[in-house]
Amino acid sequence: MKKILVLLLIILISQFKSLNVYAGSDGSLEIKNKKQSTEQIPEVKDCFETVNRGVFAFNKGLDKIFFKPIAKGYRYLPKPIRSGTSNALNNLSNVVTIPNNILQGQFKYAVINTLRFSINSTLGIIGIFDVASYYGLDKLEKEDYGQTLGKWGVKEGCYFVLPVLGPTTVRDSIGKLVNISGGDAWYNVTIANDTRYFENSDYYYSRLTAGVDFRAKNLEAFNSLEKNSLDLYASVRSLYLQDRKRKILNLDEKTETMIDDDWEEIDSQ
Amino acid sequence: MFKIQIYLVSIIITMFSIVVDAKEPSELINEIVNEASTILSSSDPVESKIIKLNNIAEINVDIEGIGMYTLGSYRKTLSDKQMLKYQKLFKSYFLKSFSSRLVDYSDPKINVISEKKINNKYTIVNTKLEATSKNPELNIDWRIYTKNPERPVIRDLIVEGLSLARTQKEEFKSILQNNDGDINYLFKSLEEFIIK
Repeated sequence: MKKILVLLLIILISQFKSLNVYAGSDGSLEIKNKKQSTEQIPEVKDCFETVNRGVFAFNKGLDKIFFKPIAKGYRYLPKPIRSGTSNALNNLSNVVTIPNNILQGQFKYAVINTLRFSINSTLGIIGIFDVASYYGLDKLEKEDYGQTLGKWGVKEGCYFVLPVLGPTTVRDSIGKLVNISGGDAWYNVTIANDTRYFENSDYYYSRLTAGVDFRAKNLEAFNSLEKNSLDLYASVRSLYLQDRKRKILNLDEKTETMIDDDWEEIDSQ
Repeated sequence: MFKIQIYLVSIIITMFSIVVDAKEPSELINEIVNEASTILSSSDPVESKIIKLNNIAEINVDIEGIGMYTLGSYRKTLSDKQMLKYQKLFKSYFLKSFSSRLVDYSDPKINVISEKKINNKYTIVNTKLEATSKNPELNIDWRIYTKNPERPVIRDLIVEGLSLARTQKEEFKSILQNNDGDINYLFKSLEEFIIK
């Protein structure tokens, strides 16, 4: 585990170097060929595309032989069991969302999520039942340390694909490192500290179940994407980056992500 | 004087017919969704469903505009002949992709929630695709180009905040970037998709 952490740190440090180069260019995201195009879509900084495509192909193979069949099997479970599992995992994610609500200045959301977590963990039996929604405390968007860094103005840096874990950016990887450096209470009580109540495996099971639950919810969407993409790697990259941008900006007006001068140019032709 | 009266009356009639013909964006989406739902829930063979769905798309989607947008800055580098070839291939690609995505749904239930006029040219219609036993509920926003109010057309679908047009644009850009900007590689990819 330590070796993996060291390796990750080395990768991240090297990414910081490349970040400095970009930061020195114009202080924002690079836009290639400004003369050619007025489009506002930031240039994707896919620094290791060849390697990334290799890792992506590996992940796709892993998905085909492992995650997809398990997700299909998971679908056969009765709906109440799937909903209960999904609710419990959502409830657990509050231990990361709440500190990030505070770090982003969303104090009202922090209070709501704390109340939701307290009610659902007790009355809702470890979060299996979403009792808080019944009391008018509706579910809010999840937050993580990568989003907080984005909110604070940290640029996303290079995009890359991690084995098993999938797409990420330098900023989001730093966010994940914060999780395992004390920022995730669930990680702290299962792995970081030796408590009598939880095992290390509890953390890994919860992460694995979250992955399977997500995959099961998106089986058809993934199939459709795979079937209709000319370049699946580029599609996944685009969707990941759009999704992160939307989450960082906490966009209610989802369509604001659509601002793009290319349409203006087409209209004027 | 009589001529002026006739002229005025004809102007009023013309204006009235424009008002009557003008379609509200949410009305357009409602019509499309209902029509698509009827097609998809029918017992028609898949091929027949695809033809009918494609007809809906050809009438209501700005396929040419999306094609130009998807090509990004590369559209400025194409010759007229290449542009014609691209538009033809893109249309076939788009229709195949469109019907293939929809035909998997047996009876999708999409409800129009609200609409928001962004400016004179664009209105966003917010809809929700109802959850099924397999799929969670989805927010789908439709970006409608309303420059010609008599004939609003769809320019993008934004599923849970993710733009399909932008995703497609970045996909095409990636293919071109990885092949030194050679449009023939994109043509080849499109042709392979169309015939598969």
